[in-house]
Amino acid sequence: MSRNAKFVAGGVVILGALAYMIYAGVTQSAVYFVTPAELQAAPVAGKAYRLGGLVAPGSLSWEPRALDLRFSLTDGKASVPVRHKGTAPDLFGEGRGAVVEGSWTPEGYFKATLIMAKHSEEYKAPHEQGEAGYRELIKTLKGER
Amino acid sequence: MTRVLGWLAVLGLLAGLVAGFGLAPREVTQGNVQRIMYVHVPSVLVAYLAYTVVFVASIAYLARRVEAADRVAHASAEIGVLFNGITIATGSIWGKPTWGTWWTWDARLTSVAILFVMYLGYLLLRGMIEDRERGARYAAVLGIVAALNVPLVHFSVLWWRTLHQPPSLLKPGAPAMSSAILTPLLVNLAAYALLYAYFLAKRVRILRREEEAAA
Repeated sequence: MSRNAKFVAGGVVILGALAYMIYAGVTQSAVYFVTPAELQAAPVAGKAYRLGGLVAPGSLSWEPRALDLRFSLTDGKASVPVRHKGTAPDLFGEGRGAVVEGSWTPEGYFKATLIMAKHSEEYKAPHEQGEAGYRELIKTLKGER
Repeated sequence: MTRVLGWLAVLGLLAGLVAGFGLAPREVTQGNVQRIMYVHVPSVLVAYLAYTVVFVASIAYLARRVEAADRVAHASAEIGVLFNGITIATGSIWGKPTWGTWWTWDARLTSVAILFVMYLGYLLLRGMIEDRERGARYAAVLGIVAALNVPLVHFSVLWWRTLHQPPSLLKPGAPAMSSAILTPLLVNLAAYALLYAYFLAKRVRILRREEEAAA
């Protein structure tokens, strides 16, 4: 391959990658996730959503043998029941932030295909516990950002 | 002088390794996996620094047409791409166990990927144009435009809903971390900055020698 052909090929790859990322960015990350309140305002069954919220304390149930995970995501205004076949990441838990991919079902629950844990920006050494970080996290999940 | 910088960087990196992987405590929520931060955060901050230097050197080149400024921009862009790549790789490795995914198209990850590809394009453009003066001029324009993406990457987590958490360090007010975690991070940051300075000095000299040899 000549020098020029190499540069043209490289340029095409780079422009293609840029175009794809801008396309993916515009279609997906403009609103990266919807909040439980937004979903419940106008749920469309079968449509793919990303749903973000706080795992409601007391809502989590986990059946390891059936890989059956159930919990509710809340933003303080609304709460959405979520079901998932599979495991969750290490940082997933009650009272913590999560973003789930999946779809709304006509049966009235959110069927997740991917569970992602959202963590706060606080890093703590042991014996310096505090709850301020969680309050901040709830604020971001209520859609104030 | 350059050699001293190099040895300082080596000492700094060794101190950073000991501080980050030996002395720093296990983070409460994430445990040991949080230690990736001691590589991830200094890498991205050095990438920001490198692209800022490209920006300033590009303006200087367009204003004064000094070839030295163009060589600084060229060298700094290469180092920026290196650390930008390390940022994405370590971020991905960190994301899998904590978030549960290697990658997601949220605003932070998307904008940092675009930043990476833009500077790859910058280096490609540099290599593509045969004419020394014309190549430097085009590269300077791109070096100025592409740098506008840096603040976009930084503020993406504040402007849009993202999976990536907001800034812990580069924010108004005190850093959102215990001093036992902040101190090792700052040691690593200083070491990476030294490494950047060393790479820059070395690479600029090599670029100058190459041009002298070709002339």
